[in-house]
Amino acid sequence: MPRFEGRDLTCLRSTRVVFAGLDFAVDTGAALVLVGPNGSGKSSLLRLMAGLSRPFAGQFLWDGAAIADEPDVHRARLRYVGHLDAVKPALSVLENLTAWAALDGGADPRGRALAALERFALDHLADVPGRYLSAGQKRRLNLSRLALAAAPLWLLDEPTTALDRASVARLAAEIRRHRASGGMVVLSTHTDLDLEAPAVLDVSDFAVQPAPGEVLL
Amino acid sequence: MTGFLRLVGRDLSLALRQGADAATAVLFFVLCVVLFPFGVGPEPNILARIAPGVILVAALLASLLSLERLFQTDHDDGSLDLLALSPLPLEAVAMAKVLAHWLVTGLPLLAASPLLALLLHLPAGGLGVLLLTLLLTTPLLSLIGAVGAALTLGARRGGVLLPLLILPLYIPALIFAAGAVDAALAGLEARPHLLLLGGLLAGALPLAPLAAAAGLRAALD
Repeated sequence: MPRFEGRDLTCLRSTRVVFAGLDFAVDTGAALVLVGPNGSGKSSLLRLMAGLSRPFAGQFLWDGAAIADEPDVHRARLRYVGHLDAVKPALSVLENLTAWAALDGGADPRGRALAALERFALDHLADVPGRYLSAGQKRRLNLSRLALAAAPLWLLDEPTTALDRASVARLAAEIRRHRASGGMVVLSTHTDLDLEAPAVLDVSDFAVQPAPGEVLL
Repeated sequence: MTGFLRLVGRDLSLALRQGADAATAVLFFVLCVVLFPFGVGPEPNILARIAPGVILVAALLASLLSLERLFQTDHDDGSLDLLALSPLPLEAVAMAKVLAHWLVTGLPLLAASPLLALLLHLPAGGLGVLLLTLLLTTPLLSLIGAVGAALTLGARRGGVLLPLLILPLYIPALIFAAGAVDAALAGLEARPHLLLLGGLLAGALPLAPLAAAAGLRAALD
């Protein structure tokens, strides 16, 4: 039985069916790469996986148990990096990250934030206010949340956007380390990220083509 | 609980760092009240008669100013997604935001009101009750306002919609608050009015975060 799977998922955005009948499965240590043209529903699928929105039909299973039954447990085992970076311009890099570390209620948020900044080579910017960061630096700050505490499932929406090559390599190394320790990664990307043996899911394969003359919903 | 308090702390430091919100609310409150003597004339009796109502309505409008941004900035920069994924329930997130909003805008209004009461010749006997009603009303404004802010989140022209949605809901609080001060000034018992205000607050405390969280979930979807 795969660790994390989705069965027969249908995603509805207002009145448009983005995809239907989508199945996927991710096992321990695996990486799933979502591909497909813009608007095919990669981000929507990641938000569904995170539990930020609900599928119109279908369900998500974790070790065979329905995730919808215990959303709190699911939230605790995932890290979601969306395409918005959630960086507060008035707070420094370290304060931004410490605020997120503090929310999980764990001990020593500041120390964990400092360690996470080092992993993403942002420690020299620790005292710089968020408003002075470049797009790539904001993205790295957002990604460094991944290193705050261990979580088995990483959901990354276009994580390489605005990153330079060194940072892309660093992210690939973090993902490798995460998978080696049994973690799972689901990510959408247009650029090549150096991943070992990723499973690829083309979301546009599940797009719904309306029959001629048929009006969908 | 630690996560809740840390979220309040984050919002407070954000508000103080930016500084504008708290200062805007108080300045608006003061200016709004100061306009009345110019409009209705400096006759002390008239001013004293309208003082409680003017101060309460001005406080209500002032707290409305920053409500639109209560969830808006977090929604726009993606923080709301992360807050929704944090171990805190969304209801607690909404409550933390309300508490921070009250501390940043409600409390300064309370602090500025004795000066304004003096300006409008409110008899000294009414000042204590006025402060007490403001202490009960301002958290109520933040609570009810949070529901409106969550509901209009992501709506086009939400900033215009919000006051239209929220202001009618403020009417009961306004009636009882003004009633309490009037009663005190007339030498009557202000207690029944204050108790009703307290009842409104006691009802809104658990219900408003629930409703706001439902609104936030709809905005995230």
